[in-house]
Amino acid sequence: MSRIRQWKTRRNAELGLLAFAMVLVAVFSATVEANQYDKINANFWVPAALIGGLFLGLHIVVRFTAPYADPVLLPAVALINGIGVAFLRRLDIARAIARDLPEPGFFAETSGRQLAWTLMSLVLAAVLLTVVRDHKIISRYAYTLGLIGIVLMMIPAVLPGKYSEVNGAKIWIKFGSAFSIQPGEFAKIALVSFFAYYLVRKREVLSLASRRVLGIDFPRGRDLGPVLTVWLFSVLVLVFEKDLGTALLYFGLFVVTLYVATERSSWLIIGLLLFFGGVYVAYLLGSVVGGPFANFYDRAAVWLDPFAQSNYERESGSSYQLVQGLFGLGTGGLFGTGPGAGSPSKVPEVRNDFIFAGLGEEIGLFGLIALLVLYLLIVERGLHAALAVRDSFGKLVAGGLAFTLGLQVFVILGGITGLIPLTGQTTPFLSAGGSSLMANWMLVAMLLRISDAARRPQNAVPERAGGAPKKAPTQLHGAMTEVIKP
Amino acid sequence: MNGPLRRSGVVIMVLFGAIFVKLNWIQAYKADEYRTDDRNQRVQIAEYDRPRGVIEAGGVPLAENTETGGELKYQRTYPKKEVYAPVLGYKPLSGVAVGIESAENDILSGASDKLFADRLSDMFTGDSSSGGNIVLSLIPRAQEVAWKQMTNNERGVTRGAAVAIDPSTGAVQALVSMPSYDPNPLASHDSKVASAAYNELNNDKSQPLLNRAVANTLPPGSVFKVIVSAAALENGYNLDTEIPAGAVYQEGGATIRNSEDEVCPGSQITLKEALTTSCNTGYSKLGVKLGRDKVIDKAKDFGFEDESLKVGDLESGKGLTVAASRTGTIANKDGSVDKAALAQSSLGQRDVRMTPLEGAMIAATVANGGKQMRPYLVQQQLDSSRGTIYTAAPKALREPISSSTANGLREMMVSVVTDGTGKNAKISGWEVGGKTGTAQNTADGDPHGWFVGFAYKDGKAVSAVCVMLENVPGGHASAEAARIAGLIMKATAAQGGN
Repeated sequence: MSRIRQWKTRRNAELGLLAFAMVLVAVFSATVEANQYDKINANFWVPAALIGGLFLGLHIVVRFTAPYADPVLLPAVALINGIGVAFLRRLDIARAIARDLPEPGFFAETSGRQLAWTLMSLVLAAVLLTVVRDHKIISRYAYTLGLIGIVLMMIPAVLPGKYSEVNGAKIWIKFGSAFSIQPGEFAKIALVSFFAYYLVRKREVLSLASRRVLGIDFPRGRDLGPVLTVWLFSVLVLVFEKDLGTALLYFGLFVVTLYVATERSSWLIIGLLLFFGGVYVAYLLGSVVGGPFANFYDRAAVWLDPFAQSNYERESGSSYQLVQGLFGLGTGGLFGTGPGAGSPSKVPEVRNDFIFAGLGEEIGLFGLIALLVLYLLIVERGLHAALAVRDSFGKLVAGGLAFTLGLQVFVILGGITGLIPLTGQTTPFLSAGGSSLMANWMLVAMLLRISDAARRPQNAVPERAGGAPKKAPTQLHGAMTEVIKP
Repeated sequence: MNGPLRRSGVVIMVLFGAIFVKLNWIQAYKADEYRTDDRNQRVQIAEYDRPRGVIEAGGVPLAENTETGGELKYQRTYPKKEVYAPVLGYKPLSGVAVGIESAENDILSGASDKLFADRLSDMFTGDSSSGGNIVLSLIPRAQEVAWKQMTNNERGVTRGAAVAIDPSTGAVQALVSMPSYDPNPLASHDSKVASAAYNELNNDKSQPLLNRAVANTLPPGSVFKVIVSAAALENGYNLDTEIPAGAVYQEGGATIRNSEDEVCPGSQITLKEALTTSCNTGYSKLGVKLGRDKVIDKAKDFGFEDESLKVGDLESGKGLTVAASRTGTIANKDGSVDKAALAQSSLGQRDVRMTPLEGAMIAATVANGGKQMRPYLVQQQLDSSRGTIYTAAPKALREPISSSTANGLREMMVSVVTDGTGKNAKISGWEVGGKTGTAQNTADGDPHGWFVGFAYKDGKAVSAVCVMLENVPGGHASAEAARIAGLIMKATAAQGGN
């Protein structure tokens, strides 16, 4: 027993960090009210307490189902999620004031809906943690997940624009005007799981059978099949969903899992060449042929010179949103105007794609960098779990998911800041919307599960009845005995 | 697998590093450029989030705010429209303010360090108080009378200016420029309305945006004789010194005549009489006798050639920019004295140019015993709860003449109003002095009519004034100016309605 006790679960650290995160959210809300109402209402802390209660629920679930999980992941994500809800509430308050309405209720408007989405996301995460006690179980459903992923990914592309297009990006499924989902958010998790399984089974052949050209090992032609298939899918997504970011996301996650699985940098080189070659060809086609490529060409043109009056004022796909976002960031400067003191509503879609620009005006460069570091922390903790976990499948899933999350943050923030052409991605955990929130919390649940497996002592006996099952560790579905390279 | 995983982590670090660098670029390096871009409304929203300070004079609000209920919470309004526009200027939604709105922007917007206490208490009370208020030295009654008399003048003149200042302090009591403009559409939150209004005013041939009282110079005509008289008095002449006159005087290529045959046809006339009747031949000869340098230097002593004067806030030095009045060089090409030019310049013709404000300052100097006070418009600055944070402390600008010279000029100028060309300026029971001017300009254009003068009530100098009417038809161009000047001076003592 004493041997086991030396392994720390660090659950109390998680609880402490969570409480600290919620204090920050409450302070944010208080500042918003001070700036918007010129006074702080007595119940300013209620939204922070409500969402804190939800996170506390998940924390308790983690205590029972994944006691050795990484203690930083949950509080870091909770802080971003909480700031997101508080910022959405700030936008609701400003709108209510502009319309001479009383203070919106805690469950009303966008922030109320976001609170409900958070509840559903956390329930989903808790269910995932409870049902999937060992991440290797997922490998049993790998092909099903792969099929689901590809279907989800392709649905918006094949649906008519009426049912799938928002602001020029065809990445939605719209159910009337009531609500819409972004299937791509879920597809990425399914695809990572599938890729991980596929690659674990094929990694030997992919990494060993090769031809040497110019000192770099290149795979055999027939092994290129799956890579080319995914690349083709990505380009199709780029053309038909009119969204570079989504294409970059899918392709990036595939190439990285491939690279991690095979340890062959040639895959990275091939992948990058294929992707950027494809993008450049699409750009050229857009300028010459137009048609389905025109939208992409326009976006690139706007990205290259957003401040040009002609780009700012153009009929469709103008740089207005990007430029207003940059103005917001610039106006915020180093320290920001303070929560509630800026004019984020000047930026179109500030609740969704551009929430980072809206926040940036009010929390300034220092606030945004703090957020950026939080995201980095989550990604690096995910990669840390991948490094520490002992099975290849777990490594690939955790690494793939963490990298995908980081890539998504880069794609949207890069778009908002004008680093890369703007695409219609959500900002994980911040943006209003259920699909993104639920999918990303599922992602976090997976990382929690894998980090639990990574940090759990190898021969640990669960301390409580409700702990992990006592049977032997599950074997990867259909796999022979694994040989893991050190 | 761990190697590639670590390298993936490095890739993410690099990507995030790129975002980090770009954010620094946007929020630190480019921040000011983005903040001030015309297409960025955020600064305006913040600016209009609290009421701008009120500009007032004598308890009358001249620039105030109305709540809009819109995103830009307050609309700047100018209830007196064109009457005060040349002083107040206006605060447009985008672009820079002009007039006092510009000179006192720090106080009005609340950005001034002087309002630090206000901002500090805002932090604790949670209110956002308005900017500081500006109290102008203008006397509303004098300003209204000046505006009304100028715009309803009996000669139908459409362009002109009037300035009244307190001789002992330099406080501007009235400042009118005609034609003027309504600042309200220029301050419109609808940029189309504002730019349309601006373009219309800017293209108007009568130049309503030009502040004729301070920013425009014209030949002052016989008003300049006051300066020549001052030079004479300080060079051995006195009021009774006989100076040569006559019906015609020829000097170089110039022929000087008097305005009418009955003015100083004799060969000699006293200095006092010469000014009273505005004897042209006498002053031309006097100017030539004194010499170019004495005339030019005396004009300089009175403030000619001053290129840095601003009339507004004595403390910050900001205000309406005053154009420099000029005598011209009065020189031949080789630099020697051009006597013909000197003869004409002594009558305020040729290249002599003067602002109406300078005219009022000359009269004020005489009335103030020789000391010229620095003119100002900002009497007080008040914080948002109307506590005084600044009160103007009058400053001497220069001392052009000795007090004995001033007394002599005073007597001569009083004689102009009691017995000479300036009778229209008389105020019963007051001691009024002045000098008329009728300035020829183009060959066939009507002359400009000028009057500069001062008034003493109960032995105290209450006002010095300059009225200028451009292109007055029907002869005796200065008579109407003198009449209006008298009414303005009377109104500064809160007397007389029209």
